[in-house]
Amino acid sequence: MTALPLLEARNIGKRFGGVRALQDVSLTIRRGEIYGLIGPNGAGKTTFFNVLTGLYPRDEGEVIFAGAPLPLGEPYRVAQAGIARTFQNIRLFANMSARENVMVGCHARSKVGVAGAVLRSRAQREEEAAIRRRADELLAYVGISARAGDLAKNLSYGDQRRLEIARALATEPQLLALDEPAAGMNATETGALRALIARLRDDGFTVLLIEHDIKLVMGLCDRIAVLDYGRKIADDVPAEVQRNPHVIEAYLGVVHE
Amino acid sequence: MNAGMFLTHMPRKVQLALAVVALAGLPFMVSAGLGNTWLRVLDFALLYVMLALGLNIVVGFAGLLDLGYIAFYAVGAYVYALLASPQFGLHWPVWAILPVGALAACGFGVVLGAPTLRLRGDYLAIVTLGFGEIVRIFMNNLNAPVNITNGPKGIASIDPIQIGGHVLSQPLEIFGVTVPALVLTYYFFLALALLVMLAGLRLQDSRIGRAWAAIREDEMAAKACGINTRNVKLLAFAMGASFGGLAGGLFASFQEFVSPESFSLMESIMVLCMVVLGGMGHIPGVILGALVLTVLPEAFRHGAGPVQQAVFGQVLVDPENLRMLLFGIALVAVMLYRPSGLWPDPRHRQEFNAR
Repeated sequence: MTALPLLEARNIGKRFGGVRALQDVSLTIRRGEIYGLIGPNGAGKTTFFNVLTGLYPRDEGEVIFAGAPLPLGEPYRVAQAGIARTFQNIRLFANMSARENVMVGCHARSKVGVAGAVLRSRAQREEEAAIRRRADELLAYVGISARAGDLAKNLSYGDQRRLEIARALATEPQLLALDEPAAGMNATETGALRALIARLRDDGFTVLLIEHDIKLVMGLCDRIAVLDYGRKIADDVPAEVQRNPHVIEAYLGVVHE
Repeated sequence: MNAGMFLTHMPRKVQLALAVVALAGLPFMVSAGLGNTWLRVLDFALLYVMLALGLNIVVGFAGLLDLGYIAFYAVGAYVYALLASPQFGLHWPVWAILPVGALAACGFGVVLGAPTLRLRGDYLAIVTLGFGEIVRIFMNNLNAPVNITNGPKGIASIDPIQIGGHVLSQPLEIFGVTVPALVLTYYFFLALALLVMLAGLRLQDSRIGRAWAAIREDEMAAKACGINTRNVKLLAFAMGASFGGLAGGLFASFQEFVSPESFSLMESIMVLCMVVLGGMGHIPGVILGALVLTVLPEAFRHGAGPVQQAVFGQVLVDPENLRMLLFGIALVAVMLYRPSGLWPDPRHRQEFNAR
């Protein structure tokens, strides 16, 4: 693959008090690939994710995204720059409808302000209609059109995951970062999710996937990085990662004679 | 088919026409049936409707608990008082002062909002409560060294509103019919309250309103959606404050007198009660809350004495005390039996119809 790097994280470090949650983590995500980030519990996957998306300030290192340094510490600016994320423990706007959830995602890519809203200007009505159309398209894309009018909290677990992805897509991201999207899903739901993520790649999206479900990651990802105790211990194609002795050690431990 | 269904099944235009006739005729019925005292109460109720709608933007839409909202009412009222009274000898026309008052209140909203946006929930409530008191105390003390607000004595002889050469505090003769001053005031307040309501409805159903709702639901997720939560929250404060300032200006012109004691913490809590009691975030509910909480205490005030006289032959408890007691009981009852308000947002039905 000769694709250009979309994201380059260089020597990322993050401490919580005396705990070094991330040390010197560097990785490169290319355009159009599904990049997996795995590791045992507490390895720093979600921390890396939160540092990347601006939720936590990073202590060391820099992130170059689409050719420019990523803004620090402001999640909304990271989203505006083109990285959309989902959350490990789903965070939808529970008392808004599925459609409205996705419409909120369009916020950063629309611009009519208070005056337009109060006066119902022509521009406002057109933009509003466009946002609504876009939301319905995305709901159809992730396959939950039928639930468009339902409150987010009334959706099934799998549908909530899908809705969160639709909402993330509404921000028109260049990189879609999914934090354990298969967590808590049954086999059927995971299968459907796998198909959805594969389709995202086919449609040209770049995906960063953090996942516990090793089967899902191995089957989907083009490349995988493995974190252990805040350090990157492997970064390769799935087959190589599976053979990597450091990875096996991190997951299974070593045999002491 | 009962009466309610009959009303809801009529064509929209007929409904609208009925509403216009009812709203236009209401002051005459009130005046004929209950007297001018109640007409005055009705005018005040409209002011509180505007206030509650303004606070609803901050509390109901954006989910930011504001206990000092009355400060914006005070700012609007004092701006009107200073620009249209003998205090400085200024007598600006109403169409100039009301926007200035709303803008001044909006500025205060931003001033309050900017430093407090990192706070949430209880902490925000305490800071805003402090802000409300600070504004009141300022009004109380800005009579020295330079006399601006006249201190606790307040500002009197404020100009009444004048529209098209007619002073609103004088009766108007149209086609041989005399329209009393309080009715004229009612129409003017009603028009502005309807505008505020329309603005609120349109804001709620817009990109901005969705961003407010998103922040109320989950601020972190809202940020992850690319919403600049700081600016959007400031906007909520500013919009809410402007409506408060507008209502404040009308209050000053209606009373023709302002003093700091009109803007106590109790007033802030009262307006918050209207929003919460009516149904946070649901505009018809908030309007109902404002009407109920303006009219009911007055009813207690006027009704408690005569009722006691009739039942016991004497007035046992001072109606003024009884009023607060009954008011408290009513509030507790509502919170027990209708915790989401008298008329909460019927989200499910609304969504169902929208499909």
